[in-house]
Parts: sequence; C-alpha cells; structure tokens
Amino acid sequence: MTFKYNNVYINETSTICGPYENKGPLAKYFDKHYDDFYFEQKTWEQAEIKSIEDSVNLLLNKINLKNSDVDVHIGGDLLNQIVATNYASKNIGIPLIGIYGACSTSCLSLILASNMIDKNQVKNAIVTASSHNNGAEKQFRNPVEYGGPKKDYTTFTTTGCASAYLSNITSNIKIESGTLGTVCDLGITDVFNMGAVMSPAAAKVIYDHLKDTGRTVDYYDLILTGDLGEVGKNILKEYMKKEYNISLKNYEDSACMIFNTDKQPVYTGGSGPACLPLVTYSYILDKMKKGKLNRVLIVATGALMNPSMCNQKLSIPSIAHAISLEVSK
Amino acid sequence: MEKREYKKIVEKNTPSAPKLRNAIIAFLIGGFMGVLGNFLVDIYSFYFNIGSKDASVFMIITLVFLGCFLTCLGFFDKWVNFAKCGLIIPITGFAHAMMSAALEYRKEGLVTGIGANMFKLAGSVIIFGVVSAYIFGLLRIFIMGV
Repeated sequence: MTFKYNNVYINETSTICGPYENKGPLAKYFDKHYDDFYFEQKTWEQAEIKSIEDSVNLLLNKINLKNSDVDVHIGGDLLNQIVATNYASKNIGIPLIGIYGACSTSCLSLILASNMIDKNQVKNAIVTASSHNNGAEKQFRNPVEYGGPKKDYTTFTTTGCASAYLSNITSNIKIESGTLGTVCDLGITDVFNMGAVMSPAAAKVIYDHLKDTGRTVDYYDLILTGDLGEVGKNILKEYMKKEYNISLKNYEDSACMIFNTDKQPVYTGGSGPACLPLVTYSYILDKMKKGKLNRVLIVATGALMNPSMCNQKLSIPSIAHAISLEVSK
Repeated sequence: MEKREYKKIVEKNTPSAPKLRNAIIAFLIGGFMGVLGNFLVDIYSFYFNIGSKDASVFMIITLVFLGCFLTCLGFFDKWVNFAKCGLIIPITGFAHAMMSAALEYRKEGLVTGIGANMFKLAGSVIIFGVVSAYIFGLLRIFIMGV
C-alpha cells in the first residue's frame, strides 16, 4: 500500500544521542549528546524517557512553538508497553498516538503523520523514535554486565531519540510518498542475526514501493535501510537480486553509518528504532539541504522479536516501512 | 522464496565464529583457572592446616567472591566475552551470571528486583545441577552399591 502526498514537509528535526553514537562518524551532526547511559537519571528506562522529552523540547524550541500548538505526537520505542514514549508524553503534553513497530517505528510514524496532514485532519505533527542500548539489552537479552559471548555478526542497539516536526508549510524537504510494509518471516530463529530476520521485509517493501510508483532503483539517489548491519546488507542485496531481480544501486544501511564498525565495539553496526532517524534527520537531511542528494528512499526495518516466542521455538517475523523524501524546489 | 533457499543465502553471508581460536583461548584460560584453584587449595590447606576438602570450599568461596567483585567493578564482562568458556564453565561464570543479574535489577527493589531476578540466568544451573547430582547419586548406588 503506497500513499502519495502533495503537501507534507519536514520543517525541523532534533536528535539526541548517547555516548557511543557521539564517538561515531556522524557525531557532529547530532544536536545534543550525553556522555553516559544514564542521561542524569537513575535508570536506563528513565534515561530513555528523558531523551524523548529532551528531543521534543529542543524541537519545539527550534520551531518556536508551544506544545499546545502541535496537534499530534506520534512515537514509539522498544520497551514493553512503549513505556518510554508513554511516560515522556506526560510532560510533553501533546495528544499522543503511541505505536510499536520495533525498529520500523520511525517510518511508520512518518507515514501516519503524513496521512493525517495530507488529508488536513491535523495541521502539524511531531514524530519521535527512541531506543536505549542497555534498556533493550535488559529486556530482550541478558543482563548488561553479563559477558556471555555474543555472535560477531550481531548488532548494537543505538541510544538516543530523534524527532521531526511535520506540517503542510513548505520547506525544502518534502515527504513525497510512503509505503506500508507487510510482515515477513522466512524462518530465521537466530536472535543474533537480526539482519537476516529483517532483510525479507525490507526487500518486500522496496519492491512494493517501486511497483506501486512505477519507478526503478535509479530514480533514487540513495536507498537507505534501517539497521541491517554489514551482514544483513549483503543478505538483502543477494535476496533482492534472486527474489525480485532488482540490483540495489546507491544503497546504504544506516547501521553501518552511525558507528565506526572497525574501531568501536559494536559488532556489525547499530540497530534500534533510533538508528535510522538519527542518521536521516541529521546527516541525510543535511546532505539533501546542501543539494548533494535529491531523492532518498528510507526503509525502516523492524524485527518483531519477543523472547517468549523465541523460547517457544517460533521464528522471528519482521516488518519494514518505506518513506520517499525529496528536495522541494 | 523457500525458507531453505533463504537459509542458504543467510549462511553464505554470515561469518562463522573462529571456533579453533576460541577453543584454544578457552582451554588456556580455563586451564589457568584450574591451576589457580589448585594453588589456592594448596595455600589454604598449608597455612590453615586443614584437609584439602575443606580447603577446596575456601577456594570456591574465594573464586566466587572474585567473580562477583570484578563483575561489580564493571570489566569482568569484557574478560568473559574474550575468554568465553574459559571463564564461564568454572565457578566464576556462575558468580558472574548471578551478580550481573543482581546488578541489573537492583533499582527495582530488594524483593521484587534483586530477589526475583538474581537467578534469572543461574537458576537453571542450580536446578539441573541438583537434578543431575540426584540421578548420578542413584546410579552410583545401583551400580557400585555405595
């Protein structure tokens, strides 16, 4: 399902990141960072709440608006009951649509907000996506201080929150269209190999998007997937070629951009709902504003992983959503 | 695409672990842990003038303490990650698993946090340790009569 938008624009963005992201190659593009995982709070969960509040407050400051001027806040995170977003919303005070799309949250929120703005249901919206490395490790894997070996091909959840302000007021970044993805499952049970889990969903949504819009991969200056990592990137390329006969060109993965995988202890790259928007809202939009990129397809990929289901020996499903961004002339 | 066919693509692109290297590191460090344990048993039995059975209890207490203490200092996880089974299989691994879980949940209360979650990882070790000890004990009685 692809939606075409005529008058939806990204007016402003804000990005908050944690210590590892701030040592990565894109550090200078982020608005604010914290040097430890606690963000001046007592626990990791509270740190994530703080990152969302910080990010939205910073965004409101940038656009010179009060919270009562914004019609809707659409956001999500990785924690159970999307608790970080819900708790942050207490202080943010904007009508909330809390969503869960695992690491595909960012594109899902952009699609929902764009639909509402395009149909004039709301005049503006704020979208957020956040994740916290230690909070996610605690919930999905082993205790953080536990050093039991992980596979070398796993990914490292990013810490931070990225927000964007969308409205129908013209700016130089236009949201041109968005494609909703379908849940895919090709039988991967390895919880460390999220790239392999998510590649089929990413491939499907890219194929659907190109089919619905009648485009080829050449149309885009950059196709940017969410958090497949070095391993998942290669799997996607090969799968895309074999299944859909599409050779990905101008293709990048934000997991490999946010960290320096050679020097930082992050295995094969970043992951988490914040990974793609942190890269997109800072670095990619900057490049678009400078005219280096004109058309970008961002594909947020989410592994719908649940430890109970994994223990019940079920394979891990995945979903991906795509958003097409264009520089408006 | 069939799941089997996709699995082939995944396997082709996923790097395999350096098993030989890991095994050698685990063997060396695990061996060193054994030497350290025996050294402690000798020291304790010599200085405290106790039998090696009592001294080995002291040795276990020392290693468990070290595992817990170094976990609390925040760098033992990196050692375990490097040494893998060299530090996980000895009693240090058990101490590390318990202490890391306790640290993780310490802010969720003594009973609901630490108490309820401390055995999250190590609980299985205790359960199946007791079960297998029971079975081997029975076998011993039936086969050897003692």
